[in-house]
Amino acid sequence: MRPFTYERATDLAAAVKAVAENPGARFLAGGTNLLDLMKLDIEQPTHLVDVNRLPLSAIEDTVEGGLRIGAMVTNSHLAADARVRARYSVLTQSIVSGGSGQLRNKATTGGNLLQRTRCAYFYDTSKPCNKRHPGSGCSALEGLNRNSAIFGASEACIATHPSDMAVALTALDAQVETVTPQGATRTLAVADLHRLPGDTPHIETNLAPGELIAAVILPPAAAGGQVYQKARDRASYAGGLASVAVVGTKVAFGAVAHKPWRAEKAEAALAAGASAVEAAHAELAGARDNGKNGFKIALVARMTVAALDEAKQGRGA
Amino acid sequence: MSSVKDWAAPNPVTENRSGIIGKGVDRYEGKLKVTGTAAYAYEVEPPSPPAYGYLLPATIARGRITAIDTAAAEASPGVQIVWTHLNVPKQARRGERANPRSQRASNPALAGDRVEFFGQPVAFVAADTWENARAATHLIQVDYAVEPAVLDFRASLASAEMPHGEEDVRIGDFDGAYAKAPVQIDETYFSPIQNHVQMEPCATTAWWDGDKVTVHTSIQMVKGGQHALAETLAIPSDRVHLLTRYIGGGFGGKGQSYDDLTLAALGAQALGRPVKVAYTRQQMFQATIHRPAVSMRVRLGAEPDGRLNAFAVEAVTHCARNAPFVEHAANFSRNLYAAPNRLTGHRLVKMDIPAAGPMRAPGEASGMLSLECAMDELAEKLGIDPIELRLRNEPDVDPETGKPFSIRQLVQCLNTGAQRFGWERRNPRPGQVRDGRWLVGMGMACAIRGNFLLPAKAGVRIDADGTVTLRQGMTDIGTGTYTILAQITAETMGVTMEQVKIELGDSDFPPAPGSGGQFGAATAGSAAFEANMNLRKALAELAIGDPNSPLYGGDPTYVTFGNGNIAIENRSESLGALVARAAPEGVYVEGSITPAADARDYSQHTYGAHFAEVGVDTVTGEVRMRKMFGVFAAGRILNAKTARSQVTGGMIWGVGTALTEGNVVDPRYGSFINQDMAGYLVPTHADIVDLDAIFLAEADDKANPMGIKGVGELGICGAGAAVANAIYNACGVRLRDYPMTPDKVLEGLMAKGL
Repeated sequence: MRPFTYERATDLAAAVKAVAENPGARFLAGGTNLLDLMKLDIEQPTHLVDVNRLPLSAIEDTVEGGLRIGAMVTNSHLAADARVRARYSVLTQSIVSGGSGQLRNKATTGGNLLQRTRCAYFYDTSKPCNKRHPGSGCSALEGLNRNSAIFGASEACIATHPSDMAVALTALDAQVETVTPQGATRTLAVADLHRLPGDTPHIETNLAPGELIAAVILPPAAAGGQVYQKARDRASYAGGLASVAVVGTKVAFGAVAHKPWRAEKAEAALAAGASAVEAAHAELAGARDNGKNGFKIALVARMTVAALDEAKQGRGA
Repeated sequence: MSSVKDWAAPNPVTENRSGIIGKGVDRYEGKLKVTGTAAYAYEVEPPSPPAYGYLLPATIARGRITAIDTAAAEASPGVQIVWTHLNVPKQARRGERANPRSQRASNPALAGDRVEFFGQPVAFVAADTWENARAATHLIQVDYAVEPAVLDFRASLASAEMPHGEEDVRIGDFDGAYAKAPVQIDETYFSPIQNHVQMEPCATTAWWDGDKVTVHTSIQMVKGGQHALAETLAIPSDRVHLLTRYIGGGFGGKGQSYDDLTLAALGAQALGRPVKVAYTRQQMFQATIHRPAVSMRVRLGAEPDGRLNAFAVEAVTHCARNAPFVEHAANFSRNLYAAPNRLTGHRLVKMDIPAAGPMRAPGEASGMLSLECAMDELAEKLGIDPIELRLRNEPDVDPETGKPFSIRQLVQCLNTGAQRFGWERRNPRPGQVRDGRWLVGMGMACAIRGNFLLPAKAGVRIDADGTVTLRQGMTDIGTGTYTILAQITAETMGVTMEQVKIELGDSDFPPAPGSGGQFGAATAGSAAFEANMNLRKALAELAIGDPNSPLYGGDPTYVTFGNGNIAIENRSESLGALVARAAPEGVYVEGSITPAADARDYSQHTYGAHFAEVGVDTVTGEVRMRKMFGVFAAGRILNAKTARSQVTGGMIWGVGTALTEGNVVDPRYGSFINQDMAGYLVPTHADIVDLDAIFLAEADDKANPMGIKGVGELGICGAGAAVANAIYNACGVRLRDYPMTPDKVLEGLMAKGL
């Protein structure tokens, strides 16, 4: 950890300004990821702007019949919200499958979206990693890559995005509302928040420097069952080997790409009347493995079929 | 020297008049631990404000340091020391032993420009705060000349050699008998490197008074640590005062000292102020010992009725190039099943990774993962129940040595366990029991682990207020040593637990060998028992010789101790009153234990049987525990609660072994892929469902005066194999490659068309 300065933001616009004007600054929310990365010398901010006291902790009904979730709503609070449990059960299912109880008590909605990969080589500063040191190479590409991406990866990076919550939000067609460095409010789909690695894997989102997520907006819940399934090495407190979120006929995958992976080909196949098996294979035909992560292709296909089947039976509806 | 026959005589512990022996007494130090007031090595308050040290690990597996640039670190805020091999204070050469009686040799830090493993400490920084030390350490630049390294165990099996000074053990004619056996099993099993993952990392707080250094450190062996530091610093051991009051897990990984101990002592000497040094979580994975991987070939030749005629268990394992260690993974099988023709042995691959070393039940923990699955495979091939197969191969005497067993209740463990677990519910055909998308199955395995008694001493004093204080250079690594020593002392002296004080973990106290090899309770406990018996004798003589005692002039053979009193029939007084009057300064005696001269005439082990029920998710290949039950026979149980905690903890480790735990060396770098607890997965609460264990009534009077045995390692032995066998019974996928993660299970399911 490098020495850094700290300020507690009391005002949204001032917080955004403070980070936008200082290239070494970072927002600090729950801190469950950033502080670990700072201790390991992976993140090296020179200044932290603590947004925990900003008034972003409410879950409100929207006029459209959805929900507006403040960026500082904790994962525990969001998963337990009666409206979320009743109308967006896939979101609750996904959140409680992530991290541990203690982590979910601290972790926030905005921070969850912006957490960084769990790729073991990203965490080991003695290894080349294009996220940490652009141009240094990707150690996972020919390494112990059991947990690496099968969709949308590049020669520069095969890391995955680790969030469970974001996978459910993607299937729910959620949007994020941000405050730009200019002080404007803009919205973009959760599906468009994160980027594929390409040759710039260190640039992980489409947010401008200093742009702050203020809220996540859920549209009215779509019809049909809602299912989140996660395969993992142990029963709790483990990153996913793969996960599948199904909302009606909308499908998203987790732990398989640099971003929550919207299974558009599977959805298109379903819309065209394909079976669950055919739909899964339509999506997985585009998957590529790097050796040790090849099992994920069959795993995701099987999980997709099972999740579609459960959703069809009305689970979580 | 005593005989094991003497140990059969009744004594206060075996008579257990107050009933405290065996009772599930709460932990002696439990309140201190749960209130955060038990000071572990790093938390000990030194006499003046300390400096904080931080270690820089090497980032190559093998080679030489060609340059180190420390200028930026030296200029960093708060920095007081920056040491490399170029300027670290002089220490004795590695392996030197100035005092031939030292239990450990010199273990110098930053000793040269050679790098022998990834993670080896190559620089040390001390600063006014830990954060400043860490920040400065990250500024050090090291250049290396990299040399070729052996880093891939499975690719190096062909280079395995016979360990120095060993040979295979052959009894009868294995090759001939196996070739003729009507039913054969020939399979190879693999278990990976495991890390200890103690909650408390290696840590030391050190300071000097004149030429004497005081170190609070986290180590399982008090004398070993004291001697290692003395030899390293080239000073007499009486100038090293080592304390290790509380230890947050050892599991064998803290049987030796590491550079935190050496550098804290050297740093404190150089700065003239206390220094604290701890390993980080990552350094615990990369720079301490590990359980080595084992590739085990098992060949079983059986008659159609299941009787084994030929039996071979051959292990290939590994150790560091310059740190010889053999994981004796085949040894346990020499005492388990009858078979006239036997072959066991070990081969070793020398590698350029950190030293391999002992971890909870070294040998058995990895070794039983293979044989106990091979027996399951044989049982299926024969169409015999796996328990019945064990019963048919139960020996009358030790199958290898022909010695009588001191006591062996393996069959009782199997039968009791089968009944309590509900083994009759098991469908012997795999893949038959469905629960939604889960396939459910059951498996079992035997447990065996040696029992040991080592020489040890203890001191005990009674003060004028009647408080009995036991002092011993013993450690409690979380197993319950404090508590059982308090129970032994209370029962022997006839006082309450509240009147007993236990003081451990101090090199000034009478020495005990420490915690390891599940010898702690029997060894330290027996010495404590002997010390207390000596105190009884001293107090009896004191009372009988004191005209003011109601016992004056009595016959010492009729003296009894109970309810805090010393008595001869109806003549009694309180211990406190006696001591206050007749020996107001208190009475202190010591006692010691050594193995009986004829102890080796018996085959002596602890035994058990594991039963596991698992579900296999047919969609994902995930395996989840549904139930696990263990039955153990391990001598007299001193504390029902701490003993159960030990064996269930071992069983839980077995679950981790079967399902999640393992580390892999990246052969390009020599580093472990998992270096924190998010990557190296031990079971969580959610992974453990309906897990319990019981002990059979037993007293082994060949073991020691109290008839007790160790339980710290027994629970892990065989546990993982029971889970593996349950996976097979559930879904018909026979994996021989631990841990059995979803990717492997899924591949097996798909190969079966599931």
